[in-house]
Amino acid sequence: MGMTMTQKILAAHAGLDVVQAGQLIQADLDLVLGNDITSPVAIKEMDKMKVDGVFDKDKIALVPDHFVPNKDIKSAEHCKCVREFAYKNEITNYFEVGEMGIEHALLPEKGLTVAGDVIIGADSHTCTYGALGAFSTGVGSTDMAAGMATGKAWFKVPGAIRFNLVGELGEWVSGKDVILHIIGRIGVDGALYKSMEFTGEGIKNLSMDDRFTIANMAIEAGGKNGIFPVDELAISYMKEHSKREFKIYEADEDAQYDEEYTIDLSTLRPTIAFPHLPENTKTIDEITEEIKIDQVVIGSCTNGRIDDLRIAAKVLNGRHVQKGMRCIVIPATQAVYMQAMEEGLLKTFIEAGAVVSTPSCGPCLGGYMGILAAGERCVSTTNRNFVGRMGHVDSEIYLASPAVAAASAVTGKISCPCEL
Amino acid sequence: MEAKGRAFKFGDNVDTDVIIPARYLNSSDPAELAGHCMEDIDKEFVNKVQKGDLIVADKNFGCGSSREHAPIAIKAAGVSCVIAETFARIFYRNAINIGLPIIECAEAAGGIEDGDEVEVDFDSGMIYNRSKGTEFKGQAFPEFMQKIIQAGGLVNYINSTEPAK
Repeated sequence: MGMTMTQKILAAHAGLDVVQAGQLIQADLDLVLGNDITSPVAIKEMDKMKVDGVFDKDKIALVPDHFVPNKDIKSAEHCKCVREFAYKNEITNYFEVGEMGIEHALLPEKGLTVAGDVIIGADSHTCTYGALGAFSTGVGSTDMAAGMATGKAWFKVPGAIRFNLVGELGEWVSGKDVILHIIGRIGVDGALYKSMEFTGEGIKNLSMDDRFTIANMAIEAGGKNGIFPVDELAISYMKEHSKREFKIYEADEDAQYDEEYTIDLSTLRPTIAFPHLPENTKTIDEITEEIKIDQVVIGSCTNGRIDDLRIAAKVLNGRHVQKGMRCIVIPATQAVYMQAMEEGLLKTFIEAGAVVSTPSCGPCLGGYMGILAAGERCVSTTNRNFVGRMGHVDSEIYLASPAVAAASAVTGKISCPCEL
Repeated sequence: MEAKGRAFKFGDNVDTDVIIPARYLNSSDPAELAGHCMEDIDKEFVNKVQKGDLIVADKNFGCGSSREHAPIAIKAAGVSCVIAETFARIFYRNAINIGLPIIECAEAAGGIEDGDEVEVDFDSGMIYNRSKGTEFKGQAFPEFMQKIIQAGGLVNYINSTEPAK
């Protein structure tokens, strides 16, 4: 019986010729990631373990990004704990404020994640690196601690769902709309414990940033990981960003999939997830009522990359944020920030009445930099719209693409850029 | 090993943001986290829950973020076991790793109401609803999992079983 792309990567890292769904394996890790929320708990656990130090100082990435620059004293203590651990263990890839970015945008950009890797990260959106053909998955702090100490992790080999993408996206439709469409179709537990394997000729029409966005939200369908085949575009991205050797794995022709979906990209429309689950999706055409909003957030590990800012700037160029609205733009990394500056995008945002923040996860998880009051509504390019996620339990989040978010900032209600 | 207490019943897709809101993640102290457990879905939960009580929920319990603070908060609040129709995968892993007993059992999730007195036998996987006189067969805890739970988590378990390097 053939193996999926995910299964092949896992087999190779477990030293096995063949694995099958449900099998428990122990795999060698190429990278272990943590942030300022999850690492302190992992460091505390590692301190309890009878080990001398980390397994490989080059294969650990520590990225304070959630509550930095430190939002309060407790956050500062957490960051200090991570910083001290990084220095003590001589961690090569520790990224201080000034060089950091949102972890899942930063690591591919720094060339730390490449095709064929097995990566665990104590952050649920670690699945992002599947866009480059890596197996990467989110874990908790204890797994991170064990990974840092031993360089290994146990996995139950996942079954798979195949998403066959065909055609090409229309105007104002992006990777965010693809993944929201999929989550709307299969539900927030539709891929529970499984890998989401994206295939098909439509992939060549998706930019790398679109693919990162799609893989990033695999967890919002309950998936263990999301993964794309490695094509010319992915190879050129890795060659541009990384000095590491990558390895291309391909699914066997007779690989087993529990379910298969074909998605014609040309039929997709701008899609919005209504409160309070990412599966509560409607296309822009299905929204008949006027939904007034108070805030727009454009950023996050899902949609804070340069393509995202370019499209938002294209919409906001020469226009102004509706009076009474707050529009917060957060470039995901320093490099994205710099690029946006050089292209004049930051000027466009500021002239339009938006604010531009240093890279941070900030408002996405209700940390800071844009918390909502009771009754307020936000259109956000982030990944979760759970109750209270961005602030008060009586606030509401509508998940959308950067194009829809920017258009909504202009009108003060959920809008399509095609209506402007 | 067994768990015994009153059930707190929740529905589908209880996410980690309502189990422990991110505004409290600037702390990793179990007692402090426990003080805000389930706050955004049931403000009174922390005042009502007593040591030994159980959480019973429907599909996809613990979906969302990878924060281990979620099972830590539940365990530190005194909850002895979580029963659900299904669990989100990162939460499932985290719960075992920190020594919080969890059982997947759709029948029990459907057959237990808020306030019911519930007992769980981890050796057999049997779940008893004492208020209704009904019983359900969940999956028994494998021995290694019971040992992890008894040791108080994976790290303590590893330390107790493997010789020091």
